[in-house]
Amino acid sequence: MADASYPPDLSYHEEHDWARIEGDTATFGITWYAQDQLGEVVFFDPPEVGKTLRKGDPYAEVESVKAVSDVIAPLSGEITEVNEALSSAPEAINEDPYDSGWMVKVRLSDPSEVDSLMDAAAYQESLT
Amino acid sequence: MAAETDTLKRTPLHERHVAAGARLVPFAGWEMPVQYRGIREEHAAVRERVGIFDVSHMGEIETRGPQAEELLQRLLSNDVSRIPERGAQYSVLCNEDGGVLDDLFTYRLGPERFLTVTNAANHERDLAWFERHARPYEAVVTDRIHAYAMLAVQGPQARALVAELADADLPKRFATAELTVAGVPRVLVCGTGYTGEDGVELLVPPDHATAVWDAVTALGAEPVGLGARDTLRLEACFHLYGNDLTEDRGPIEAGLGWCCKEETGFIGAERATRDRADGTAERLVPFAITGPGIARQGNPVVGGGVVTSGTLSPTLGYGIGLAYLPVGRTEPGTPFEIDVRGKTRTAEVRTKPLIPEER
Repeated sequence: MADASYPPDLSYHEEHDWARIEGDTATFGITWYAQDQLGEVVFFDPPEVGKTLRKGDPYAEVESVKAVSDVIAPLSGEITEVNEALSSAPEAINEDPYDSGWMVKVRLSDPSEVDSLMDAAAYQESLT
Repeated sequence: MAAETDTLKRTPLHERHVAAGARLVPFAGWEMPVQYRGIREEHAAVRERVGIFDVSHMGEIETRGPQAEELLQRLLSNDVSRIPERGAQYSVLCNEDGGVLDDLFTYRLGPERFLTVTNAANHERDLAWFERHARPYEAVVTDRIHAYAMLAVQGPQARALVAELADADLPKRFATAELTVAGVPRVLVCGTGYTGEDGVELLVPPDHATAVWDAVTALGAEPVGLGARDTLRLEACFHLYGNDLTEDRGPIEAGLGWCCKEETGFIGAERATRDRADGTAERLVPFAITGPGIARQGNPVVGGGVVTSGTLSPTLGYGIGLAYLPVGRTEPGTPFEIDVRGKTRTAEVRTKPLIPEER
């Protein structure tokens, strides 16, 4: 696994999820810290396109060899796309959590929620 | 969180784990390494080469005296009289109702001297049980948990590696020998393990545990954590107490009838006799997931039964586990379904071990 990193262009949720916000849409995934805590991801159970997500609620599951964890939605919205590649190659979540390890793309229902997320510096601070 | 970790016991190898980059977790009151470089990599090291585990959290109880054998014969399910000197034997410890209190290896160190290895979470309870039942016997029960650190060296290259460090021949499978290992005298070397691979377990005086660890790792053994220990044992279909064995289950339904010798009159033998004659409602079987998903401990089986251990098999690349299934559905090849957090996953009864013995 690569070294710890928290890209400055992302917004972070306390449950170790990131959002890349582009207008009223966003891409979600889990942070470097989350994948490191989890260990090698061996299974990603994707949600359905069209599913409605509520900020703070689980929307998918990731499993390491040892355990299963919920993935929490950092923002509310509706899923428009799911990273199907993770079904056959879930290790991308470990190897590249911010890029090829993305999980879903979402049309945001309340873009003002973005204000409640942390920037990279604040999130990193919360980990110490 | 801090208060919780403050009270955790540490093994003599704690600093070695930290130095090796281990992730340490609370386990049965101990702070133990769950993984170092990654479960799959560590798992493969044991299957293909050699790994070393710190299992110093496991307990030891010594039983000695003219009636030590009689006492153990009463406590342990197997026929203790058949353990030769320097031999090892697996058995279960049952309560009066025949429920399983622990599963244990017992070594006969001398004609009237035995050492029993306990599971960490059960050690205090086992010790109290041993002491309570020892009273009518001319036998002394001693807690030896502080006398030993325990290292398991496992894998196809394990014996050759340890042999390089030992002053005499290693004991065969299910035998023990007291040897000098890596310059440390009186290491109890046992031809046992919990991985399905060949190897030895080393009971070492705690002050010398780092010397043995350093020598074994210097020869190329990879540190392996409890995470891979679980995937290795599950592929080999070894029971884990607290998962596959509990006080609510008897040894017969758990598939451990082979280590129960009811004619010895052990505590709990009545239930074993009855269960063997009448059968049990459920039986523990190995299974494999035949589609996507991974079943976990506690997942219910559709139509009755429960998963008691489940993981992804690093060797096979799909989900495996152990489950109690209603009798009549336990034949190898029988398909069944598991409710995995609301999703139905398909599975099939398999034979043990879950991985081929010759690879």
